[in-house]
Amino acid sequence: MKASIRKVATFVEETRNEMGRDVDPPTRRAAAVAVIANPCAGKYVEDLSELMTIGEELGELLTLRAVAALGIPATTVESYGKAAAVGENGELEHAAAILHPKLGAPVRKVLGKGAALIPSSKKRGGLGVPLDIPLGHKDAAFVRSHFDGMEVRINDAPRANEIMVAVAVTDSGRPLPRVGGLTKDQIKGEDGLR
Amino acid sequence: MPDIQIRKKLTSVEEIFHEGGPLATTPLRRAAALVVIHNPFAGAYIKDIAGFMDDLRPLGLEMARSLVAVLGGDPGIVEGYGKGAIIGSAGELEHGALWHVPGGYAMREILGDAKAIVSSTKKVGGPGARLDVPITHINASYVRSHFDAMEVGLADAPRADEILLALVMTTGPRVHARVGGLKASDIKGEDGLR
Repeated sequence: MKASIRKVATFVEETRNEMGRDVDPPTRRAAAVAVIANPCAGKYVEDLSELMTIGEELGELLTLRAVAALGIPATTVESYGKAAAVGENGELEHAAAILHPKLGAPVRKVLGKGAALIPSSKKRGGLGVPLDIPLGHKDAAFVRSHFDGMEVRINDAPRANEIMVAVAVTDSGRPLPRVGGLTKDQIKGEDGLR
Repeated sequence: MPDIQIRKKLTSVEEIFHEGGPLATTPLRRAAALVVIHNPFAGAYIKDIAGFMDDLRPLGLEMARSLVAVLGGDPGIVEGYGKGAIIGSAGELEHGALWHVPGGYAMREILGDAKAIVSSTKKVGGPGARLDVPITHINASYVRSHFDAMEVGLADAPRADEILLALVMTTGPRVHARVGGLKASDIKGEDGLR
């Protein structure tokens, strides 16, 4: 493995009740987060291909971990998202190199499908910085019930020369969706949008 | 006494490979189970609250079992533990103290006669408050390599009338423990201290 991983954390959230109303079945989502050394920290590096390769490795590892944490077959995942936080000696572009060129393909391979863009966010920050991972339906980005986000953080990461990389998956949308829009049973699944 | 009303659960696992030193032969894992419940005593001073400890017992056992499960299912690999609570703003610190007995004894029961007191912390806080749950060795509180802590919290909890309950288990010493003191291999195991 090209990435030097210091730690991996997984988070599983299950919501059973909102405002006194039961959520049945409960909504569940999971995130897997890797804390890795940033090989480009502290200097300007023109060619970021090493980070792109790391992104490819982490796409597979983190998706497998997140799906395992959720405990469902990978093909039944409904929505997904990704995010990265770069420590203070790195550039936002380092997060972009990990997230965008190569991370998505192994995510989709693990899930079996994934026609929609994987929503993403990135930031630079210090230890304990919260990472808000955007979530969207994996086959149709316009499914409104699945527009969501999951906050994760690790108190001791990212250190200055590290990057936190996260992949999140769900078995559902928001707990009590009721703002209309495209529903998941209306998905055509041709263009990744509707 | 009132039923336990659960709004949400979070299970998180950290796997630590190194912290700047040599790679651990067996990575340290820390797992936390958080459950957000309605605080039946929120908003008023209620004198008799102690009965709620019995109501919390099944939940404590369920959380302790879930931690063993996410660590692989064998209670024998658990070496450290801790517990904590965050009470929402309409409650009092004393409500968090209700967690000592059901949380602590649940873990000791599931781990099979663990001898050491379960270290703990608690506070009143708002949504997103973080809690550093202290961790000590399950059979001898003075084992220095196992003094540790895990930061936990949830972005949207506890709300004013809620309590966030936490249990934590770990599988070993700090990843680069090297400051001496009582070793796990030297535990006498008589008094829960040494």
